[in-house]
Amino acid sequence: MISIHLALFLIFGVVAVAGAVNLLAQRHPINAALSLIAVMAALAGEYMLLGAEFLAAVQVIVYAGAIMVLFVFVIMLLNAGVEERTEGSRVAIIFGIPGVLLGSILVAWVILRYSETEAVPAGALPGAPSTIGQLLFHEFLLPFEITSILILIAIMGAVVLASKPEPAAGGPSKKLATEQKVND
Amino acid sequence: MVPLSYYLVLSGILFACGVAGFLIKRNIITIFMSIELMLNGVNLSFVAFAAHWHALAGQVFVFFVMVVAAAESAVGLAIIIAVYRTRETLNVDHVNLLKL
Amino acid sequence: MNPNLSLWLIPVLPLAGAAINGFFGRKSSRTAVSTVALVFSGTAFLWALTVAWRASSIPLPYQEYLAHWVRSGSFSVDFAFYLDQLSLVMLLVVTGVGFLIHIYSIGYMWEEPGYYRFFSYLNLFMFFMLTLVLANNYLVMFIGWEGVGLASYLLIGFWFTKDSAASAGKKAFIVNRIGDFGFLIGLFLLIQHFGTLNFTQVFDQVKPLAVESSGAGLLTAIGILFMVGACGKSAQIPLYVWLPDAMEGPTPVSALIHAATMVTAGVYMVSRSHVIFEKAPIALAIVAIIGTLTALFAATIGVTQTDIKKVLAYSTVSQLGYMFMACGVGAFSAGIFHLMTHAFFKGLLFLAAGSVIHAIGGEQDMRKMGGLRSYIPWTFLTMGIATLAISGIPPFAGFWSKDEILYKAYQTSWIYWLIGVITAFITSFYMFRLLFMTFFGDYRGAHVDEHGQLHSVHGPDLHRDDAHGHGEPHESPWVMLGPLVVLALLSTIGGLVGIGNHFEHFLAPVFGSEYPQKIAEGSGVNELLLMVISVILALAGATLAYVLYVSKPELPEKITDRMHGLYEAVLNKYYVDEFYAALFVKPLIGVSTSVLWKGVDRKIIDDSINDAAEGARHVSDNVRHMQSGNLRSYAGWIAAGSAVVIAYMVWLGVGR
Repeated sequence: MISIHLALFLIFGVVAVAGAVNLLAQRHPINAALSLIAVMAALAGEYMLLGAEFLAAVQVIVYAGAIMVLFVFVIMLLNAGVEERTEGSRVAIIFGIPGVLLGSILVAWVILRYSETEAVPAGALPGAPSTIGQLLFHEFLLPFEITSILILIAIMGAVVLASKPEPAAGGPSKKLATEQKVND
Repeated sequence: MVPLSYYLVLSGILFACGVAGFLIKRNIITIFMSIELMLNGVNLSFVAFAAHWHALAGQVFVFFVMVVAAAESAVGLAIIIAVYRTRETLNVDHVNLLKL
Repeated sequence: MNPNLSLWLIPVLPLAGAAINGFFGRKSSRTAVSTVALVFSGTAFLWALTVAWRASSIPLPYQEYLAHWVRSGSFSVDFAFYLDQLSLVMLLVVTGVGFLIHIYSIGYMWEEPGYYRFFSYLNLFMFFMLTLVLANNYLVMFIGWEGVGLASYLLIGFWFTKDSAASAGKKAFIVNRIGDFGFLIGLFLLIQHFGTLNFTQVFDQVKPLAVESSGAGLLTAIGILFMVGACGKSAQIPLYVWLPDAMEGPTPVSALIHAATMVTAGVYMVSRSHVIFEKAPIALAIVAIIGTLTALFAATIGVTQTDIKKVLAYSTVSQLGYMFMACGVGAFSAGIFHLMTHAFFKGLLFLAAGSVIHAIGGEQDMRKMGGLRSYIPWTFLTMGIATLAISGIPPFAGFWSKDEILYKAYQTSWIYWLIGVITAFITSFYMFRLLFMTFFGDYRGAHVDEHGQLHSVHGPDLHRDDAHGHGEPHESPWVMLGPLVVLALLSTIGGLVGIGNHFEHFLAPVFGSEYPQKIAEGSGVNELLLMVISVILALAGATLAYVLYVSKPELPEKITDRMHGLYEAVLNKYYVDEFYAALFVKPLIGVSTSVLWKGVDRKIIDDSINDAAEGARHVSDNVRHMQSGNLRSYAGWIAAGSAVVIAYMVWLGVGR
């Protein structure tokens, strides 16, 4: 008999894994972005199962709603097309993939074999916003403030890096036709 | 009841897919997305452990990971745009020289 | 010792002169250089005279301690000087003859570039020779020993731009070195068995030892090894080959170093070690045999040589053989006596030969000389006196010393005596041959029509552009003739100290008084008879030379045509140099080239370094591909590495 908890876990898990594999399989980046959004949604479900409500909400709002939207914007801005097949690095293919595969299989096997099968009850630890907030502003105040500064810097950096170079400043000679179109 | 190890295995699979994507893909934006996938996998394991050990700090850490991921993706995408402007290509194999 | 003789002044003064001339001489005038050289060597000579005069009133031997040098456990060596009658004689000979030759060199070397260098080296030589003579232990003597070898090399190769001179210098040094090797091993044996190198201490330990008459023992070994060193330094068989080549150096060098002083260092050393030799009859016999054979051998070669200096060189080797013969039969004082007289007449012979060479503008081949006695009378006179002296004709110096040796040799074995008198006959013959070929007959040299055409074909004493414009043979200036006259005087009266065994009695405190008994054995009649025989033979040699070279000059050619093979062999010095070259030099060069140079130096040393560099380059060549700039490649490597690390950590964790 499978409990609801396990069934939900499996459903969300399968969706997540399928999305991840699809990310690998798709050749157009926009498809990959959409499958990543699916993964994130599934993970939000997982978080709910684990009782991290606040995190689930943040995952959907920030991760899937802001970051992935940013990705999609950039993909469309740059008009990224279908990926070409190029001669890449042999090391990546030969060593990387099998390595990762082996590593993950090994880890999975070990975990499944040797760890205790103590169950994690659903919603065991209520991750209510108030409790998280308490933690955030008491024990983790310093990291909080630092990350806010980090975001500020990131904003400034992104603006500077992505801004269009001055036409009179003699930027790179190649100008994008698409860029012209977008900015018109 | 779901054992902790199941969550960890799922997290591991997601992470492995992220690494694989990083290695396989040639489009730099896709590579970036694989990084996000890796981060997500890790987030899951954090939350699982937080539930297992009744330590809410794990969730707070996930929060911070998300913040950092946001900042990083903003800056990273800005860099990608800048590179695209100069190199006219999103293929990471073509961007292997420091000089133009 | 209570009175302080300041012996150290005697070697140090020439050293100071050498230093001053060496460092400052280049920019100084010739007069300044000559003054420095003369002042320092002259003062050394005067001080030696002072020491001699004062030494008569203090007990000898006198030791002067300067500084300590080696202190190693129980073995110690000091810088200390030792004065006894033997070193006094050597001291006076070295400083006196040295000073005269300094004066002579001023005239002889006046037009040479490198004038200051010559006098610096000459003074340096004096320093080392005096150190050798005055040393109170074998190690300080060895300093002097090596140092005179060095000075000899520097002076032989004085005209170093000339290949033959440079090679001759090298040959002298290397052959000397071979002898020094034997000497060193002897010193090591001394250290090992007696724990000291100090003369007094060694001899005190040796005196109570038994005479090794039954077979070879430690003292025989030491004696033979010392003789090896003496053979190298004093040009005896088999290490004499450097001395004829050393004639490439300027004539004053030949006079000082290769006639009067350096080559006698071996005789001095053997005499100094007489205590050891007297306990080792086998070693003494070897000394005598080598000396005798060398005397005869070199004399025969001297008969055929045509270069005036080569004749004198072989004559030196031969006379040194006489000295060793004397030492070998135990007549050490006779050997030293002959050393002294030889310094006089051989030095004079060389200086006079230099005067002759200077007179005819650099020619050294006697076949191109002749009839010079009308041109250079003073040179002829002094050289004649020297020739009489070396031939052993009374009352000149050589007669007394040579006769002493022959008499003592006769007392040991008539074979030594026989070979000695035969050699005396040959000596007289070739010396008068030299005299007659040079000074009698018609002048066979190049005659001069205009000024400056009198160049010699060979001969390193090339006096280019003689300042005194001339063409005909001319007498040397008085700065050169003066020493000749002084030496001629000494060659005349210098032997008279031997009358009545005065010289022997003077040296008796050094050598002991074993021989008075032997003198009592041999009656006076015997001695007189031997004297007469040797004088007759000397006169016979002179007469034969007169016949062959003055009255019937066509005879020598007929004789050489008859005995063509023998003549060629003797003319080519019995091919000894060629023999050595084939036996030692060529194989050594061959081994050096093929094994050491090509094998070791190139293959092992060079190649190992080159291969190391190649290897590094190879490795980096392969590794550089890692830095491709390709993002995925980097990521791949990181992934692979981290997979390994994770696997390892899992294995660690699982293992527990």
